[in-house]
Amino acid sequence: MLEANGHPNRLGILGWLAGGRWGPDRYLYTLHRVTGLGLLFYFVLHIVLTTSRAFGQAAWEQSMAWVSGPLFVFGEYLVFAAFAFHAVNGLRLVFAELGFGIGKPIEPVYPYQTALDIQRPWMVLTLIVAATLMVVGALDFFVWQ
Amino acid sequence: MMRDQKLWTWHLAAGVIILLLLGLHMAIMHLDALLGIFIPAGGHSIDWGNVAARSQSLFFGVTYVLLLGTALFHGFYGLRNILFELNPAPPLQRSLSWVLIVVGLGLFVLGTWAAWTSFQNTNLV
Repeated sequence: MLEANGHPNRLGILGWLAGGRWGPDRYLYTLHRVTGLGLLFYFVLHIVLTTSRAFGQAAWEQSMAWVSGPLFVFGEYLVFAAFAFHAVNGLRLVFAELGFGIGKPIEPVYPYQTALDIQRPWMVLTLIVAATLMVVGALDFFVWQ
Repeated sequence: MMRDQKLWTWHLAAGVIILLLLGLHMAIMHLDALLGIFIPAGGHSIDWGNVAARSQSLFFGVTYVLLLGTALFHGFYGLRNILFELNPAPPLQRSLSWVLIVVGLGLFVLGTWAAWTSFQNTNLV
């Protein structure tokens, strides 16, 4: 039902959510994009807001006071969590893209040994490292302060 | 190499630089209770004394501008790839590219100005 049928990227943004029998890597792709867009949105606001430091202590403290409420702190934690995932998954993608750590190319036939035996353990490791960073970040944000 | 292949290679290289520099930034800003690095005035990492001290440091001034540039390129090129996958018509592709280049350069100039101003203003501390 959800096939491209020769049309380039016919699924569009809907293809980020579901595209048939895709493996879990495909959902990491979606998460990578969503976190990337979220980080970019925050980054643009962050550049503008932190410009206040050039105007001295009073301007800095006023600008930080604008963004110190609990909702902003929670939003900042989401940025940290998005960074943790995007960074670790991005590193996995760089290695896979350049062909490091995924073995020699073999014929892509069932049961797709490279995908299952090599790429999937990397994916699981990625998720474990990202989740660990998120937990440590949550402790630092909300418990140890 | 084709142009997009070159840009994609720069996108990966920028990602690795960002991983290191933004990793350091996140560790200073958000793991301050655990690590407590680069907070010479004590307290929180965003307290004025710490912000002013880092602003006046040559290491932070240089790496800040490097992180600013690589992250803007990585972010806006990534956004461009996402938008281009939706198959906009070629004139729209060109307009989008120009808008992203102009906004990215504008933010780079703004961020670099703030870094330079707070680096050379020794009255901050």
